[in-house]
Amino acid sequence: MYKRQQLVESAVHGIFLLLGLVTVGCVLLITLYLVVSGIPAIREIGFVDFLFGDTWASTGEEPKFGILPFLLTSIYGTAGAVLFGVPIGFLTSVYLAKMAPAKVRSVLESAVSLLAGIPSVVYGLVGMLVLVPGIRKLFHVPDGAGLLAAIVVLAVMILPSIIKVSVTALEAVPKEYEEASLALGATPVETWFRVSVPAARSGIAAAVVLGVGRAIGEAMAVMMVSGNAPNMPGLFESVRFLTTAVASEMAYSSGLQREALFSIALVLCFFVLLINAIMNAFLKRNREG
Amino acid sequence: MKKTAIILPAAMLALTALVGCSTKEMGGVVSTDGSTSMERVICTLGEAFLEANPRMSFTYNPTGSGSGIQAVREGRCDIGLSSRALKPEEVAQGLTGTVLSYDGIAIIVNPNNPVSDLDVYTVAKLYKGEIANWKEIGGEDLPVVLIGREAGSGTRSGFEEATGTSKKCKYRQELTSTGNVITAVAQNPGAVGYASLASIEDSVKVLKIGGVTPTEESVKSGQYAVQRPFVMVTKTGVPLSAAAQTFVDFARSADGAKLIVKAGSVPAN
Repeated sequence: MYKRQQLVESAVHGIFLLLGLVTVGCVLLITLYLVVSGIPAIREIGFVDFLFGDTWASTGEEPKFGILPFLLTSIYGTAGAVLFGVPIGFLTSVYLAKMAPAKVRSVLESAVSLLAGIPSVVYGLVGMLVLVPGIRKLFHVPDGAGLLAAIVVLAVMILPSIIKVSVTALEAVPKEYEEASLALGATPVETWFRVSVPAARSGIAAAVVLGVGRAIGEAMAVMMVSGNAPNMPGLFESVRFLTTAVASEMAYSSGLQREALFSIALVLCFFVLLINAIMNAFLKRNREG
Repeated sequence: MKKTAIILPAAMLALTALVGCSTKEMGGVVSTDGSTSMERVICTLGEAFLEANPRMSFTYNPTGSGSGIQAVREGRCDIGLSSRALKPEEVAQGLTGTVLSYDGIAIIVNPNNPVSDLDVYTVAKLYKGEIANWKEIGGEDLPVVLIGREAGSGTRSGFEEATGTSKKCKYRQELTSTGNVITAVAQNPGAVGYASLASIEDSVKVLKIGGVTPTEESVKSGQYAVQRPFVMVTKTGVPLSAAAQTFVDFARSADGAKLIVKAGSVPAN
């Protein structure tokens, strides 16, 4: 009897292990595939020419494969989105976690969840129909599609992740900290910003990194509002991100062009892995501290 | 009946690898190779052809016009597909081009743009960035915003070939679908874009080119300049296999013409 139970037990263990390995297997497979198909083009073009070349003309007479414009655009675009998104998201989360009456909170929280659930193509469409003409009229530029439009769309898209993770971090701050602060005569606002926020800082930092990860990986919405010409980034310039560079040319690409697109994907993947590593470090510190 | 439609893409994928055309058994294989722009037309025809001839098989290898012509010359396929007319030297090398259909590309502007008629030369100058403001060609004082398609798109290469602007266009926006091009042009009073004639909507204004409005008739007669032929290339004097001949006859029949229209192109006959 005992033996049979043990057998069932270990069989179940085995099945669960196998299912767990499916995820690991997928990650390994994708990474391996990207490395194998991304390296040849980098080798052929040359590492420096590829990463720091400032011209991308994949179908030109003399094809050029420099991804510096895409790299810089991705970095600027993500930084811009963080610049707009983090203050709004951070203050919203302080309000939600500490200040908001229960009714307001439930409405706001469901709105945030809804925002997270909107498909990115819808963000792109609204951006294309409302934001792009809006920027054109507001700033009197010939065309509104460009880096600024992409930044605004990305800023809105990263709000839900920032708000949700920050609220969780702020709520995890022990009540005693705040009670002690209030007992010492600090006002509630002083308490939130001087005690609660510093105590939750690594969680909030993780929220920001999560937002960065979301912003750098977004393709669809960005593709519809950023103009997609491979220019060096400028606020009103038509630009192409790492993600959109892959997405926009993959359909008809061939030969070295296609291999170079895989190399871009490899660079992008490397970025995202880096960001995940940073986030894990923050979360670890959060747990320990 | 429905199954063939599902099997076709899979079969095409599988067979592109084997497209050496060595298997010319009685069931009949029709292999085509060439222009990516012709994908919609040739796949629509291919699907219907398979429905009508369930025992035959049909392959399409999307490699590009140049490669398609090369493939038929070397006997690696039955029918080469080219989205440009054959050059005289290619005809001299023993190839025959049969025009299957014409692909008209409409030049579109915002409905508020007073410009309504340009010649091909002016369109080329616009796209090369030599005319930067609409007032230079009788429009309002607005900068020209060039909207186009992504590198590798068939519409883009068709437009650039027809206007002689290949690889010289200074695009402000490179969008990945006809719908996005139309939306972008409809939103911006200074925008100019291009799209396949079949997919034009009312939200944009179609320009006349040299006084000719792009229509099925003007494209077919050759009066409308921004167009290109979709050509089936075969070897001169060498009879096609029975299966390939059946396909060519089918493509040029009245039923074939209906399918070509459905695929957004103007049939040649």
